[in-house]
Amino acid sequence: MKYVDEFRDPAIARQLIREIRESLPRIDVARQRPLQLMEFCGGHTHTIFRYGIEQMLPGAIELVHGPGCPVCVLPMGRVDDCVALAERPGVIFTTFGDAMRVPGSKKSLLQARADGADVRMVYSPMDALGLARDNPDRQVIFFALGFETTMPSTALTVLAAEREDIENFSIFCNHITTVPTIKAILDSPDMQLDGFVAPGHVSMVVGERPFQFIAKDYGKPIVISGFEPLDILQGVWMLVKQLADKRCEVENQYARVVRPAGNSAGLDAIHRVYELREFFEWRGLGSIDHSGVRIRDAYARFDAERKFSVPNLRIADPRACQCGEVLKGVIRPWQCKVFGGACTPETPMGALMVSSEGACAAYYNFGNLDELLQRRDSPDGVRFDRGST
Amino acid sequence: MSRPDATRLRAAKPGARITLAHGSGGKAMRDLVENVLVSHLVDPELSRMDDQARLDLAEFTARGDRLAMTTDSFVVDPLFFRGGDIGKLAVCGTVNDLAVGGATPLFLTCSLILEEGLEIALLESVVASIRDTATTAGVRVVTGDTKVVARGQADKLFINTAGVGVIAPGVDPRAKRIRAGDRVIVNGPVGDHGAAIADARGELGTEHDIASDCRPLNHLVDVMLKTCSDIRAMRDATRGGVATVLGEFAESAGACIRIDEAAVPLRDNVRGLCELLGLDPLYLANEGTLVAVVPPDAAQAVLAAMRRHEDGRESAIVGEVFDAPRGRVILETRFGGERIVDRLVGEQLPRIC
Repeated sequence: MKYVDEFRDPAIARQLIREIRESLPRIDVARQRPLQLMEFCGGHTHTIFRYGIEQMLPGAIELVHGPGCPVCVLPMGRVDDCVALAERPGVIFTTFGDAMRVPGSKKSLLQARADGADVRMVYSPMDALGLARDNPDRQVIFFALGFETTMPSTALTVLAAEREDIENFSIFCNHITTVPTIKAILDSPDMQLDGFVAPGHVSMVVGERPFQFIAKDYGKPIVISGFEPLDILQGVWMLVKQLADKRCEVENQYARVVRPAGNSAGLDAIHRVYELREFFEWRGLGSIDHSGVRIRDAYARFDAERKFSVPNLRIADPRACQCGEVLKGVIRPWQCKVFGGACTPETPMGALMVSSEGACAAYYNFGNLDELLQRRDSPDGVRFDRGST
Repeated sequence: MSRPDATRLRAAKPGARITLAHGSGGKAMRDLVENVLVSHLVDPELSRMDDQARLDLAEFTARGDRLAMTTDSFVVDPLFFRGGDIGKLAVCGTVNDLAVGGATPLFLTCSLILEEGLEIALLESVVASIRDTATTAGVRVVTGDTKVVARGQADKLFINTAGVGVIAPGVDPRAKRIRAGDRVIVNGPVGDHGAAIADARGELGTEHDIASDCRPLNHLVDVMLKTCSDIRAMRDATRGGVATVLGEFAESAGACIRIDEAAVPLRDNVRGLCELLGLDPLYLANEGTLVAVVPPDAAQAVLAAMRRHEDGRESAIVGEVFDAPRGRVILETRFGGERIVDRLVGEQLPRIC
């Protein structure tokens, strides 16, 4: 398939892996312990598991799966707020598909729908606005979620609602920001990351500049990468090259999409519609300063938090969960006390078991680690002969 | 088979709809059953309008030594989609469940639950589709039932079919018989039905060019069993897709199934939709796709026979059975990595970004 298969060529993958392996001896720290490289974005995590990239890499590289899965890091209290909004009489509550299953303290949106709430899955906030147009006697609320990637589409929808003067539409804003979150991870005392694969689609919006501090202030190399398997492998290859050459800078592997200054139309929409919250609560990481946005006063009538009364309760993460340590790379998912026992994709306790992009769910679904890691040093594995078909 | 009195065939009035009277047991119901169901389905057992079909045992014993029986209910939305409709689905689903057990499907029952307000013309086209599909599959619909529920208590039309078939002596496909060395075959591209339904719901703004694979598989299975009566296991990969069938096989057999992603047939338009939505085609539903596990020495012959049949032109050997790790399905990705294919929790949901 055109524009897809080019980015999944196994021959190029083998070459990149060979060069990564050859560069490792030149990296001091890699001689003492495995390199820890964090991919921040849930989309990267998904690709890594889907294509089995982790097992293809040499054992001296560990990929740490960061907090960039917006569904995973949503605290239970916010899900409870969603359910409360959805259960108001006359409301059509619209959401992206994978947010439906996230457990609140009492129920998920999927369960709320079973209990009678009108919860509908949409593919874009514009679809939600269309529902508002078609159902003038109902209040349509869109559950806005995601990092800078999805912020512009929500913002443009708010601007469209204003332009058309659609009274019965509002958004429940849970957008979160990337940079303060990476900073919080870097400031954490138990952090031992050696470099970052930075989120390609966030960067498409915000550009390269916001990541400069990671290289400059924290001395960690960072490569903005795309989401195809070769993108990620090349991103890792570029990080390893930087470490081997003792360089530390922001590099852009995803130049076919990411411009250095980002997307000005997207950024304009973001700045017009949102302002930073003083802090935002994350599942697994606690409260992080300036890590969320809310709707500006000028658009208050489209803000579900102001339009309706939202319970806004804080629900603490279950104490047994070690999501925070997994997110920071301090422990691996399967080292968590509740992994696979009390916490499974059917009954997730922690953030990372919730969505298929969450590191724990990905490990749980895609791999029994003992089996896969044993194979790691024989990358050819067992191949079967398909005969002459 | 004698056709019923042609003078009694009356087309429904344009715009006529099902009312609660059609379920009351009175004249309206009798008219509906006679004019819409019996007249289209045309079977002597049905036309007798008794409360049961009476089947001659000799027909069964001539064909085999065991009966197979199954039932399935159909609630698809939308009722009509590219490549099929709920009626075709209701016949194929039950026929295929019998066929992959090694049975020759012979008789079906058909129960319809109708929502008040359903257009009778629409019902007629579904019934016509049931008839056509049953004819293609070579099975008879010998008894049926209708119920009408008030508006809102069902979604337009639900169908249940049950089926009876006969298994020939010596044929015994079951997952427990799978062993190391066996080959895994699918009869064509995976995920077409699931993708067609997602496409037909019209929520995606896509171009609606994906057709369901909905088709009866009994003739194909017949050819396969004639080539190799010792086929170890077969299943039609409906809900949960090929991945789920493989998981069930691996678990029942206590074996490991390794799949080569590049060998799995997949249409470009289905692949495109999956790429767009972050769905995995291995988990998408099929309605005319089967997974068969065959002994290694018969694999090429079965494959060749399948490819000669119109429902198996794109068949492919996609994997092999190994001893360990037990109960696991491992996918060798096109990219050169590998991953474990696990059971799905709930339905697949499109990803945010």
